Amino acid sequence: MRSPESPVLTIDGLIKDVGPLASLDGKMLRVVSELSLVAERGQVTALLGANGAGKTTTLECAQGLQKRTGGSISLLGADPDTAGADLRSRVGVMLQDGGLPPSARPIPLLRHVAGMYKNPMDVDALVERLGIGQFSRTSVRRLSGGQKQRLALAAALVGNPEILFLDEPSAGLDPQSRQMVFDLIAELRDAGMGIVLTTHLMDDAERLADYVYIIDGGHNVVEGTVAELLRHDHATDSAVTERTLYFDAPGGLDFVGALGAGLQVTETRSGSYSITGAITPKDLATLTAWWAERNIMPASLRLEARSLEDVFLDISGRDLR
Amino acid sequence: MSKLLSPNAGPASLPRRIMQQGRYETITMLRNGEQLILAIVLPLMALVGLVVTPLLDGLGGSRVDIATPGILALCAMSTAFTGQGIATGFDRRYGVLRFLSTTPLGRGGLIAGKILAVLVVLFLQVLVVGAVAGFLGWQPRPEAWLPGLGLLILGAAAFTALGLLVAGTVRPEATLAITNLLWILLGALGGIVVPADRLPSLLQGIVHFLPSGALGQALRDAFLVGAVPFPAVLVLLLWTVLAGAAAIRWFKWN
Repeated sequence: MRSPESPVLTIDGLIKDVGPLASLDGKMLRVVSELSLVAERGQVTALLGANGAGKTTTLECAQGLQKRTGGSISLLGADPDTAGADLRSRVGVMLQDGGLPPSARPIPLLRHVAGMYKNPMDVDALVERLGIGQFSRTSVRRLSGGQKQRLALAAALVGNPEILFLDEPSAGLDPQSRQMVFDLIAELRDAGMGIVLTTHLMDDAERLADYVYIIDGGHNVVEGTVAELLRHDHATDSAVTERTLYFDAPGGLDFVGALGAGLQVTETRSGSYSITGAITPKDLATLTAWWAERNIMPASLRLEARSLEDVFLDISGRDLR
Repeated sequence: MSKLLSPNAGPASLPRRIMQQGRYETITMLRNGEQLILAIVLPLMALVGLVVTPLLDGLGGSRVDIATPGILALCAMSTAFTGQGIATGFDRRYGVLRFLSTTPLGRGGLIAGKILAVLVVLFLQVLVVGAVAGFLGWQPRPEAWLPGLGLLILGAAAFTALGLLVAGTVRPEATLAITNLLWILLGALGGIVVPADRLPSLLQGIVHFLPSGALGQALRDAFLVGAVPFPAVLVLLLWTVLAGAAAIRWFKWN
């Protein structure tokens, strides 16, 4: 899956200490510890982790917004800490908090940012593409979360970057905005842009990412394509065999006797069931035959392997943090 | 290939980026009602107040001739210190400084753009205050304009450095309070519009070392006497260098 071209971003053994903190008796806190990752052109690379895992700090070190304590970072072949205007013009950044002036209006703001580049995107086309025209007369302060995110994405894109950083891009997005933003991200990826995003939402990573790094406690614990992560059980370090079948059907729990041993059956509420375990094709046939004999038609039927959420919880533990 | 995306061709030139930022910040400042009150309305009210009251009588010149240079100094403090300080403080809160520093503008260009905006607004203030003062009978020495403008720029540099130091080190609400309070205190008692000799004796020895007192005195000397007092220039230079160095050292971008 990895491209032979030079990566847009290589992070090797990143360390970031913050502090000194009064809450730690004046000691430094290590928020990123030996984190390494590679992001390629034409791919969406996702940093997946809980809040406080070190995702934003990692991104900000790569963007030159924070100075790293140790390790090396190559951003388009250069060190972000010594980045000049040439390098910055090739990097698009969407910050988690937007970073847009509250009194600004969307289109003058985009034209202003576009003025920093020699060959910016056509602002009108960008406005059209992200539906910014609908709220072009509203100041940033009065925009909804989704509108703000779309504007921040436009501001990050307007310079035609080769690498695009998106910190929690779907935060605050309504379903329509989310579709719009995800479609655009996929289009930019297909056009060859390298996209690095952070998210704590498994669904985002499953839908968008070509390659996922799961970050926990400041370092990368597992990496791979979404398919690779789903196939492998990290808790037991073996291939995944467990699946869950969910269905809604009348007829009560009498089907249990027909199934093979070792499957766990749960009635989640009256008429809704889940069967978990090493479900075989024969188990499926048995169940559907049992329905056929009784002329029962299930209202819903869904078979799932592990979700990225399961993978994530296996790795980072199920404790509340 | 995406219809939107075209090849990256690098940044706009540095002067173009600074001009762009300067223009944007200038328009933002001029659109902000509170800033306009601070930059134009309050200095004009102070000017009229000093011309219609006998506060400045007996200092060896007409009221308006003594008042106007101090009002110009007050304008520099309004725009460079209070106005720009508050704007920068809130830009910092909202992540605007961080976002713009990831664009080709960068941190240096951002500061340069702010300084440019301060100078443009100051120039407009000088035009308005100068015109009103002229209407009230102000007769500046023509040869005083060149050193006078130079001193205003130096004063603006000192106050910009101080404003950035405050904006970059404390919360924006505190910046708002500190820069407004200091504007009132220095404006009334800092030797900026009221010359040191008219202040309580306790303050007389101190105000010469304040940027307000130094700038007010220097401008009055330039426009009234036609001389540039070097101690005052030295004081302003010192404040610029010290506050600038402190701002570079302690300014937090987030």
